[in-house]
Amino acid sequence: MVRSRDDFVIAFRSAFLKKKAKDKFSLFTLIIASIVLLILTNLNLKIINNLEKGLQDIVYRISVVASIPEKKIQDYYLKAKDHLAVYELKTKEENLYEKYNAEKLANEYLISENNRLRKIIGEQQLSQDNIIAKVLLDRESPFLNSIILNKGSKDNIELGMAVVDDDYLVGKIVEVNFLTSRVILVTDINSKIPGIIEPLGIHSIVSGSGKNEGTVEYLKEEYYPKINDDLNIFTSGIAGIFKPGIPIGKLKFDNKNKIFSVNFFSDFTQLEYVKVLISNKGDENGQK
Amino acid sequence: MGKSNDSSIFSKLKFYGPIIILLIANLNEFDLNYLKPDYFSFNFSFILIFFWSLKNPQQVPTLMIFLCGLFNDVVTSLPIGLSSFNYLLICGVTAYLRNIILRPNFINDWMFFLITILILNSINYLILQIFFDMEISQINYVINLGFTVIFFPLFFYIFKNLQKILI
Repeated sequence: MVRSRDDFVIAFRSAFLKKKAKDKFSLFTLIIASIVLLILTNLNLKIINNLEKGLQDIVYRISVVASIPEKKIQDYYLKAKDHLAVYELKTKEENLYEKYNAEKLANEYLISENNRLRKIIGEQQLSQDNIIAKVLLDRESPFLNSIILNKGSKDNIELGMAVVDDDYLVGKIVEVNFLTSRVILVTDINSKIPGIIEPLGIHSIVSGSGKNEGTVEYLKEEYYPKINDDLNIFTSGIAGIFKPGIPIGKLKFDNKNKIFSVNFFSDFTQLEYVKVLISNKGDENGQK
Repeated sequence: MGKSNDSSIFSKLKFYGPIIILLIANLNEFDLNYLKPDYFSFNFSFILIFFWSLKNPQQVPTLMIFLCGLFNDVVTSLPIGLSSFNYLLICGVTAYLRNIILRPNFINDWMFFLITILILNSINYLILQIFFDMEISQINYVINLGFTVIFFPLFFYIFKNLQKILI
């Protein structure tokens, strides 16, 4: 027991007190020095603070120089990372650009093909401008669903022009005065709009019912199984008054009465401003 | 004559390579910060001092270790003397190990290293908390300690090979 304690003391003394051949201070002396420094730092003595500041000035300057290789490595690493990120982004953008370019070309082809086919079947090419008009009166008559606009013949408004709310069909002009005009809404019982059910391409007539919903007329029963609630109805443009493709509403099947009704896209109780589409006969390309 | 002096300086630099590495590591705040992994840091200095003061203490003079500790304190804004104290304690432990162990083996070294840095970190934590009222994240301390122990074998291998080149 005594022997092992002696061994420990000898080993400990040798480790901490014995100086190495080239060392000027023993380990013990330096440990004491660092403890003294710690205590003085804790006491916040002015001399230690000044020593610390001087040391900081020297060390920071050396540190800047010593950090150059690290900073360089860091810079190269970040640059490489950025480069890879840019490369990835560029590859993605290129793929996307090619995709859009292909789609654009396909669209251009479809437009030119569409115009060519229209020309073959002798359909008039319509291009449309529009006039913004304010709704002056909103007649809530059970017999006539109509609105009065603040634009008339003075503003080139003509009978039969389509009126839209945003892009949705509201109705058509049925009365034109010099300063005002009347629009019969698609909800009116007298309204009959040639429509097309898309994407099936089935033609029909959308009639007003005097209520907020319309009905689809002249639809053969053989089409019934094909029709579901996900279909939309647009103007077909057959009469040559409205341009084709103005959204009217969504189809809804009334199982009880076995009729198809149309849930109009536009909210006719909230109309403040509408657009009157001025149809102009354009050239072959559909331009003025 | 000149050539002889050059080779003498070069061999001296080579001999004191470990302390130069320690100096650069301390001045660089060597913590792999630029890779930005969360909760990843290890104490390279502890591994270096432990290895070299255990295997070849002549290459790491205690006075230089003391100065490196002072530099480290300045760079990392620790109270002056704390890192020196830690480093010198490692030197003390390794000197003691050298005296009591006749047949060194890696597992023993690794276990002693673990115990040493556990004690050192505890002393560090107590000093900073009690005497300097510093807020210390215990999780960061434990993670740092864990990674330092995990990386010990890797650096042990590297330093062992480096030792052959330097001497």
